[in-house]
This record gives sequence, C-alpha cells and structure tokens, in this order.
Amino acid sequence: MKHIKTLNTRSLQESMKKGGCGECQTSCQ
Amino acid sequence: MVHQYRNNGYNIVLDVDSGSVHVVDDLVYDVIAFLKDDLSKADDAVTARFAGRYSPEEVSEALEEIRALEKNHQLFSRDIYRDAVLDFRNHPTVVKALCLHVAHDCNLACRYCFAQEGEYHGVRALMSYETGKAALDYLVSHSGNRRNLEVDFFGGEPLMNFEVVRKLTAYGRELEKMHDKHFRFTLTTNGVLLDENIMDFCNREMDNVVLSLDGRKEIHDKMRPSRNGKGSYDLIVPKFQKFAKQRKELGKQYYVRGTFTHYNLDFARDVLHFADLGFDQISIEPVVAPADAPYAIRPEDLGTIKEQYDLLAQEMIRREKEGRGFTFFHFMIDLTGGPCVYKRLSGCGSGTEYLAVTPWGDLYPCHQFVGNEEFLLGNVTEGVKRSDLVSIFKSCNVYARKECRDCFARYYCSGGCAANSWNFHQRIDSVYEIGCELERKRVESALMIKAALAD
Repeated sequence: MKHIKTLNTRSLQESMKKGGCGECQTSCQ
Repeated sequence: MVHQYRNNGYNIVLDVDSGSVHVVDDLVYDVIAFLKDDLSKADDAVTARFAGRYSPEEVSEALEEIRALEKNHQLFSRDIYRDAVLDFRNHPTVVKALCLHVAHDCNLACRYCFAQEGEYHGVRALMSYETGKAALDYLVSHSGNRRNLEVDFFGGEPLMNFEVVRKLTAYGRELEKMHDKHFRFTLTTNGVLLDENIMDFCNREMDNVVLSLDGRKEIHDKMRPSRNGKGSYDLIVPKFQKFAKQRKELGKQYYVRGTFTHYNLDFARDVLHFADLGFDQISIEPVVAPADAPYAIRPEDLGTIKEQYDLLAQEMIRREKEGRGFTFFHFMIDLTGGPCVYKRLSGCGSGTEYLAVTPWGDLYPCHQFVGNEEFLLGNVTEGVKRSDLVSIFKSCNVYARKECRDCFARYYCSGGCAANSWNFHQRIDSVYEIGCELERKRVESALMIKAALAD
C-alpha cells in the first residue's frame, strides 16, 4: 500500500478462534 | 471503533476491535477522520470534502486502500467478542498463580507502602514451611489441566524468610515431577539482604526477580528509607547491578522496578538513570495513593507526566537505533504474538486464577486486598469459603465497567485494577481515572515507538 503501513500481523479476531488456553502468565499490571 | 492520533511526527490509526495498528500519511489520516462517524458516506462526498486540499485521484487512491482494510476486518471492525468472553468466564475456575506472602515484615519503611511497612495493617509474621507447603498443594490441586503455574515470593520483604523460600522452591520441584506441572517462580526484593548465596539460588530457580529501586539516589532515599531513617540506595545498587549482569549473561529475566510520585514528576530521568547504571529491563510506575497524601499524583500533574512519557519514548527510540536500547515495561506491546482476546478482556485474574496467601495461610483476591477482612476468601487448608466473592471477581471484566466501553485502550489494559477501583470507589468494577488517563498515554507512546522502529 502506498499510503498505509500496517504494523501487526495477528488480529484479535483470529485469537478468538485459537485463544483461551489459560497457559500464559498472569500479570497484575 | 477507531482511535487516531499524531505523535512525534507519526500519524497512527488504531483499529481498536481488531487490534490493527496502521501508520498513515496525512491524506489517509484526514479521510479516516471524516469517514469514521458515518461509514456510509459516498466516495463523491469524500472527494468533495477534500477538494482543494487533495486531488480527486489522491482521494480515490486513499479510499481504495481504506476499503481494502475494511474488507479485511482491519479497519472499522466491531467488537464481536462479548458473548464468547462472557461464556469463557462461565467455565469452571482454576487457580494458576499464587502470591505467597512469606514475610509480613520489612527492613525498609517506604513512605508509600500499601502494606504499611510490610505488616498489612496487622502484625509482623513469617510464613512457616508447613503453611507454604499447604499453599503449593492447594495450587496444584485446584489447577485443573493447567500445566504452567506461578508462585511469586512476596512480602513485606521475602528475603527475611529466605530459608522457607528455598525449601518451598525445592518442594515445588518435587510437585512438578509428581503432577506433570511447571512452576514459574518469581521473587520481589528490596535488596537489603541480597548476597552471593541468594543470587546463586535465584539464578538457578527464579524465572524472574523484581528488584525494587525508585531512581536517582535522592529520589530513592527520600521514599525508601530504612527503619532508622537512613537511605538504602548505596547499599543495594551495587548488588542489583551485579545481580542484573549475572541474569543477563544467563538469559534470565529481571526487572528493576520503581514507583514515581508527585515528588519526582520528572521520572523519565529516573528511568534513564537506571539505563545508565546498566539495567536494561526497567519498570517505573505512578504511585497510587489516597488523594490527600502529599506524594500522591494529582490531576494537575497529568500534563507533566504525559510530557515525560513523550520524552522517554523519544530517547528510547534514539538509544535503540544506537544499539543500546532497553525495555520499559509500561511501553511493552507485542503486536505479533500478543495475548488472545480472552486474556485481554478477562483481566488479571485476581480472586479467581490468582490468589494471595498470608503467612498464616489465609486467601485473598490479590496482594492489594490482604488485610482487608471484607475480602478474606478462605484459607489454604479448607479452601475458598466465599464463593460469592469469587463470582463477583469472575464477572469483573472489561464488559462490567461502563467506563471501558468507549475506551480505545481496553484491549491493552484489561479494565484496570480491581483494588484501585475499590480504594477509590468502594466497588471493584469501576476504574481509577488517573490510572486510565496514564494508561491511554502509555499505549499511544508504545505504538508510536513501534511505528518509529518500523521505519
């Protein structure tokens, strides 16, 4: 694209399909 | 929902509900601003709106790119997660992290300490090995099929009870083999009792160590004196430098973590002081204190603090490009492997997945609630007795807070801190407004850094 640069590759929509295993770290921040 | 802002020469468009971050030119920035309140505007109307500023060909080109992103659900996307997240929160709760208060005692007398010199409004006490064992047993038996478990040795000052820390870590390693679990041990210390023996132990066993230091010597010593009033900077900094160097060489995590207050609103200088001391994993955050505390952050301080975040971000970019960058915890955003939407919208897990354990085995929703009897959940031998409280914490997510509904940062802050909400509003599902304002600024700064480093 000439006018737009997109920085990220993983969308939240995608993570809704694959996420939720609960194995990640907790973080109170 | 779209949030767009300009910072440090970058035009940034955050598509909130997809998490997409776009760096755009002035043309696209202006067109998106015109479109975002009414997506049904015809292309002709857009062209007419910008006649004289941009040519019809330019506007047409911009619209083509904007529509392509929209079609790909990367712009003007909608929140489609609510039902899934609420359903997810209705699943049976497992416990996966404990904050073990191995010492309700401290050898410092920090002026802003929420734990009141480590005693949490109670008496001085050290956790026994037996109580700690019962806590680890409780964690394993309530962790369901979660394999990765976390235990943070906390206080007060946990090194005042180091022998119990050492023995509990060994017990945890036994439990790992018996139950096919993995413990991630962490420890937070003020450094006063840190020595070679403890460093060696931590380098073997602790996945992360949090080293409490507030910044420049005069700042640190003002807020973190010992009980006899003397400063602690000169005693702990050489030890922290040595410890951090060892952990860096071993590829182990550490954080030098400080608190800034109304007394050092120029806190960017403290962050850079840490970097100049050789630390490369740094965290400094604003104090949360009663509004009438002399060191509390006040609404009129916010402008100065935001300027400091801008200065810090610009200096971090400069140092990164010179090959001497450092990590600032509050600017950390992972745009490629960040957490899933369930994690983001569910929050920190306090009162459900994460519990704090007092020296005598009582369970609280998190370390910030310890000592407040209203939030006593149960104990490690008899388990949670206040399932009503657990239910309240379980429903305490982004969707429970009306203040979060129109906030662009909600997928990054996860709704904020329940304890802060309680302390300011006597309810856990509200927000701490000063904290929100600064979180939004930090998200903007963090995304700008990503844009600058992608150049």
